Amino acid sequence: MAIEKMISHIKFSLFSPEMVRKLSAEKLLVPDTYNEDGYPIDGGLVDQRLGVIDPGLRCKTCGGRMRSCPGHFGHIELVRPVIHPEFSRVIYVLLKSTCQHCHHILVKKRQRSVVKKKVKKGEVVPGAADLGIITSKEEAVKALESADEAEAPILGSVPLKDAEKVKKVAICAKCDKPQAIVSFVKPSAFYLGKKQLLPSDVRDWLADIPNEELQELGFDPVYARPEWAIITALLVPPVTVRPSITLETGDRSEDDLTHKLVDIMRINQRLEANINAGAPQLIIEDLWELLQYHVTTYFNNETANIPPARHRSGRPLKTLSQRLKGKEGRFRYNLSGKRVNFSARTVISPDPNISINEVGVPMMVAEEMTIPINVTDWNIEACKKLILSEDYPKALYVLRTDGKRAKVTEKTKQEISDNLTSGSIIERQLCDGDTVLFNRQPSLHRISIMRHKVRVMPGKSFRLNLVVTPPYNADFDGDEMNLHVPQTDEARVEAELLMSVEGQVISPRHGHAIIKPQEDFVSGAYFMTRDATEFTREQACQLLAIANITNLPEPDRGQKYSGRLLFSELLPKDLNLKIKSKLGEVIEIKNGLLLKGSLEARAYENELIEKIFHMHGDQAVRTFLDSSTRMCIFGVTLHGFSVDVSNYTIGEESVKKMEAVASKARKEVDGLVMQFKNKTLERLPGRSLRETLEEKIMAILSRARDASGQIIEKDLGMDNNAIIMAKIGARGSILNAIQMSAMVGQQAVRGKRLTRGYGSRPLLHFKKKSLGADAHGFVSSCFKIGLTPQEFFFHSMGGRESLVNTAIRTARSGYMQRRLINALQDMVVQSDRSVRDSRGVLIQYTFGGDGADPKEVGASRQALEKVGEELEPDD
Amino acid sequence: MTKPKKDTLVQTGEAVGIIAAQSIGEPGTQMTMRTFHYAGVAEQVPTGLPRLIEIVDARKTAKKPLMDIYLKHEYANNEEKARAFAESIEGLTLASVAYLEEDFATKKITITIDEEVAKEEGLQISEIVKIIKKLIANATQEKNVVTLKPRTSNLRSLRRLSNKLKALHVKGVPNISRAMILRGPKGFFVRTGGSNLAEVLKREEIDGPALYTNDIKEVEKTLGIEAARNAIVHEINQVLSLQGLDVDVRHLMLLADAMCASGSIKSIGRHGLSGEKAGILARAAFEETLKHLINASVRGEEDKLIGVTENIIIGQTIPVGTGLVRLVMKRTADKKKEAKEEKEE
Repeated sequence: MAIEKMISHIKFSLFSPEMVRKLSAEKLLVPDTYNEDGYPIDGGLVDQRLGVIDPGLRCKTCGGRMRSCPGHFGHIELVRPVIHPEFSRVIYVLLKSTCQHCHHILVKKRQRSVVKKKVKKGEVVPGAADLGIITSKEEAVKALESADEAEAPILGSVPLKDAEKVKKVAICAKCDKPQAIVSFVKPSAFYLGKKQLLPSDVRDWLADIPNEELQELGFDPVYARPEWAIITALLVPPVTVRPSITLETGDRSEDDLTHKLVDIMRINQRLEANINAGAPQLIIEDLWELLQYHVTTYFNNETANIPPARHRSGRPLKTLSQRLKGKEGRFRYNLSGKRVNFSARTVISPDPNISINEVGVPMMVAEEMTIPINVTDWNIEACKKLILSEDYPKALYVLRTDGKRAKVTEKTKQEISDNLTSGSIIERQLCDGDTVLFNRQPSLHRISIMRHKVRVMPGKSFRLNLVVTPPYNADFDGDEMNLHVPQTDEARVEAELLMSVEGQVISPRHGHAIIKPQEDFVSGAYFMTRDATEFTREQACQLLAIANITNLPEPDRGQKYSGRLLFSELLPKDLNLKIKSKLGEVIEIKNGLLLKGSLEARAYENELIEKIFHMHGDQAVRTFLDSSTRMCIFGVTLHGFSVDVSNYTIGEESVKKMEAVASKARKEVDGLVMQFKNKTLERLPGRSLRETLEEKIMAILSRARDASGQIIEKDLGMDNNAIIMAKIGARGSILNAIQMSAMVGQQAVRGKRLTRGYGSRPLLHFKKKSLGADAHGFVSSCFKIGLTPQEFFFHSMGGRESLVNTAIRTARSGYMQRRLINALQDMVVQSDRSVRDSRGVLIQYTFGGDGADPKEVGASRQALEKVGEELEPDD
Repeated sequence: MTKPKKDTLVQTGEAVGIIAAQSIGEPGTQMTMRTFHYAGVAEQVPTGLPRLIEIVDARKTAKKPLMDIYLKHEYANNEEKARAFAESIEGLTLASVAYLEEDFATKKITITIDEEVAKEEGLQISEIVKIIKKLIANATQEKNVVTLKPRTSNLRSLRRLSNKLKALHVKGVPNISRAMILRGPKGFFVRTGGSNLAEVLKREEIDGPALYTNDIKEVEKTLGIEAARNAIVHEINQVLSLQGLDVDVRHLMLLADAMCASGSIKSIGRHGLSGEKAGILARAAFEETLKHLINASVRGEEDKLIGVTENIIIGQTIPVGTGLVRLVMKRTADKKKEAKEEKEE
């Protein structure tokens, strides 16, 4: 589908009153909408010349029906001109920068000092008095009487008390006349000196400014004469822009804009009637101001300094500006982000048995969604079969060559099938292997949307391989995800080439694997590759079969097969590796054979996956991840792997040790407090005594927790499942184990011990001004035994802080990311490898200094990091 | 693992800007908000997300500037000398050695210098008076009391003058409120609260190239835009690595280069980079929608639709990646014509 016409540019300008009249399909006269019969009033605000929104009616301008007529503008002739409030700032600048007498630009203002000199010499300068300059002896005497200044008011000087006031007075270079101060009262009133400038005066003034001078001021007089910012003919948007809704009761409810337009027209009519009746100027001006108010709120109901126009219910009206502005405005809600068809959303659930690039699609979804297929001479028979098919998969619609769309039903299908010609398009249901895009919000990075292949399944949830969980940041506690079906060949090809899951295994953020083993998969990999793991021939066959390997290697442990041997079957034969694992072992792989060491999370993701990706490409990685997931999980299932309370229960001896640690810490803290009270505590550099105390206490208490960590690790040992999980990076951490079985540790708010409360203590269970460990949030119990009420309260204090922080953080980082994206989105690598933005401004000669793609260079990027380290002090 | 270099290059059309923005923005959700206290400086130095936002905003004044001043060998290995240096750069304001009082009736300011404190800091009263007189000549001294009669009659400007006097710098390096020596792997170094690159760089005792400040604006001012760019990369890297987050430097470089491309540091946001973009629609879609539309219409501006947002808005392919490529095809008619021309030749 080629785009035949492209928009090359968009010009912004103002509408002149003539232009408004030309654009208008109808001059509106009646400030009303529908008559009693519910029929649009002629000359009213929903005049049928402005388009139709009611079914059955025809547009009187274009003859179109409800959907086909795009709507047409109308206009209102305002009896008196009114200032467009959004332009009042601009108008103010113009009034200030042009002469109020001759309306030319005030270039090179003649300064007061020049005039002063002339007056001193006795010259008569017109307008000098306006500058506050004393021009006659009488004036000087008068000024002297009222002056309290040392400075004598003499001819040609300015009395000090007026000095500030007349400082800004300038003189026009063209007509030599002094300028009174133009002031602007928001939102739309202008004053010349003290006299108010009526919108008509402003308009005449602005109309008088010559074109060339407007250009100097940054205006484009062809497209935007400033007097056009004063409205005489108000453009009325088509009814399609402000459709009324019919309530269940049959009443019509008009759009906010229509309401506002009715207001404008009413006042406009009253103003006209009063003018014609020769009403006093005061009344006319009042009505004029009211008209100004309605026009102002019509454009922007959040204009500063005026009360917003309200609906009967008290809700402020949503007028033009409000429609455009902000997150829910036209720009961000409808233009930068658009709603789509061909999408589905449901809950996700895990399935380790499908490939990482697949997504399990429920039958219900597959039956509803379609893919267009071009009918050709080669596939016409297959297409006919789809049309005639009784059940899934079938074709739902046919787009005939004449552009008509036909729904395939039981009745019509035979006929449609018989008349099918090549060149038409059938829309068939989603099938296995179709390309779809899968997404989870928030879409924080590009790997939040990836291409998957459809795998139609029973059930009602989308199925997802666990390994692709990290890029989406998904879990299965009720998460929902979205699925989109690309509708053109071009879109499908691009999705396949650029967005396929297997191509995203390495994150562009850091060049390491992001699609990587999770939880039990890591435990499984560890068990498979442990020294002790071996399998019988039968088990080995099962393990290999589940990983799609048909070749059984020679047993390496007598009759039995070691886990490593079986796992090695998954590795490419040219893989060589020798690294130190997180557990401190050496992992050695030679020619695709795992010789030594057991795998843990980091070795797996940072070494195995990355290496395979770089050496053998995305498909090899995909099969490796698919089959190793299945083998590892099957392996760990054979063995059995779980944790329970006993995994977090420590021996009696350790409990005693723990208690000793806690009481020792308490004693140390008490000792410090004593020192503090005796003032024998040594102050740390740059700290007050109190700060020193706090810092030292914190150090002691965190040391206490660390010490208990060691006790625990020793007690529970490496054959404890909980510890294993933490150590190999499958789930949990040593800290979790410490808090569950030893002590929860010091609670903190704002990085400090808990201090807030009455009498310098967080809870009244403690002595006033107590500084000890327990009084300020040291929790020495563990979760398993349970916390004391005080400890529980302290823990909740710390917990609340982290909840609040999370809430604030998401908002703040979301906004930061929006700004980052907005600032950097146009930057693209050019054919000459330079990075430029859309204007062509050079940002980098080569991307990142070396032109390398972070995703491709992976771990070998260390050399480059040196550049960033240049500033690092050499310690 | 080595790949041929050509296989590791970024592809033409790659939207490196968006990738960089995502790579820096996405880990933001994982960052902590906590402040971090550097050993020695009493104030809490922001880290994590607040600090990252601060850098990206290109704030005029960093919240808590600090410097690490590394010393030449003879100072670095001698605690006495290092301490003397630290004391010599610690800045003092007039308010910390004297008591100021405005008399609004007589429109005078009296400064009473605390002799003891001055002595402690090794300051002569005459020195202080000299500095005051530099600012305002109209001062009379009587022992440790200095009286000023400023010319203004305005009470507000009197107040302003008094505040200015309080902040008057009388000793050490301006803006450095605190300096202390710490021991590093290469001997003693000085960590300061507050930062003043230009002045500290003048000092003999320091190891110039190793001098560090976290105040990016100041780096820009004294060392130039290239140094500032490196400082941005370094500071963001610090923030991220402190949180244990892994982001390729190239992304940070792009961000820093974008911020510095104009020759001065531009912030990320409506007052900086985003506010200067070419497209009216793009600016309107970001922030301050009305302002941009109003100004564009008065000036008769034209949106050339060259950016990403603009093209999304009007529904055309965006000029990024595969959307950057245009296909030129010869029609059969043209081909025939060409063949004919060739034949004729």
